[in-house]
Amino acid sequence: MRNVDNEMTIMFLAKSENESFARVAVAAFAAQTNPTLDELTEIKTIVSEAVTNAIIHGYPEEDGYVFLHCKIMSNRLEIVVEDHGVGMRDTEEARQPLFTTRPDLDRTGMGLTIIESYVQALTIESKLGEGTRLRMVKSIAKEQSAAVYEV
Amino acid sequence: MLHSHMLKERAGSILVVILSGELDHHEAAELRLRIDHELEKMDSPKLLLDLRDLAFMDSAGLGVFLGRYKKVLAKKGEMAIAGPPKPVMRLLEMSGFHRIMTIYTSRAEALTVMKGVKA
Repeated sequence: MRNVDNEMTIMFLAKSENESFARVAVAAFAAQTNPTLDELTEIKTIVSEAVTNAIIHGYPEEDGYVFLHCKIMSNRLEIVVEDHGVGMRDTEEARQPLFTTRPDLDRTGMGLTIIESYVQALTIESKLGEGTRLRMVKSIAKEQSAAVYEV
Repeated sequence: MLHSHMLKERAGSILVVILSGELDHHEAAELRLRIDHELEKMDSPKLLLDLRDLAFMDSAGLGVFLGRYKKVLAKKGEMAIAGPPKPVMRLLEMSGFHRIMTIYTSRAEALTVMKGVKA
């Protein structure tokens, strides 16, 4: 595939147990871009936020699958998190800081705000009854790597 | 995995919750129940969360903290945070926690101040 250095897809049931699996899997895949420790933490955080959203909001009632697709293009990491769940009417509303439909679960409505501050690009596509797709693009700085800190 | 350890200070008037490991949505539910169970037994509770050994946290952690903050305030208590690692501090600042509660560099420092304040 043009301009793609590496690519992977995983799918898993929308169970909260898989939130840690998802962020560790993406962090391990992203390690080949030589990220700093801060970048690695940011990658884990955005995956955790997106996957949690898919699990809580995509499939509030029934079980379903979460699809996680990652591409490395030079020093850019693209992460797509997709569910085939209930979808939402208004993606702009969802992007507002502190907006949440689930205050009962102590959700703060900060998830997408955090993602936006950690990535260079975020797009959200959603259709009621069909599901939601989040695409996040993160640039990895070239200079230093986590390996430097780990020594 | 999240590990939480609770201890009481100053004749049970301060609840210290020491967290280590990873705090996400999956782990949040049980932590919330455990803290609330203790808070219910306390009058004007003082709650201190020691985050020094927390390796990972996302917005689910913020939700747990904010929910507990509301409960503690409703009971005319107080809440503080100690020792957040840099990435956790960034999330706390992003969501304005540093404006509603004191964030101490260490548990020892927090306890010195919290014990000194009249109950």
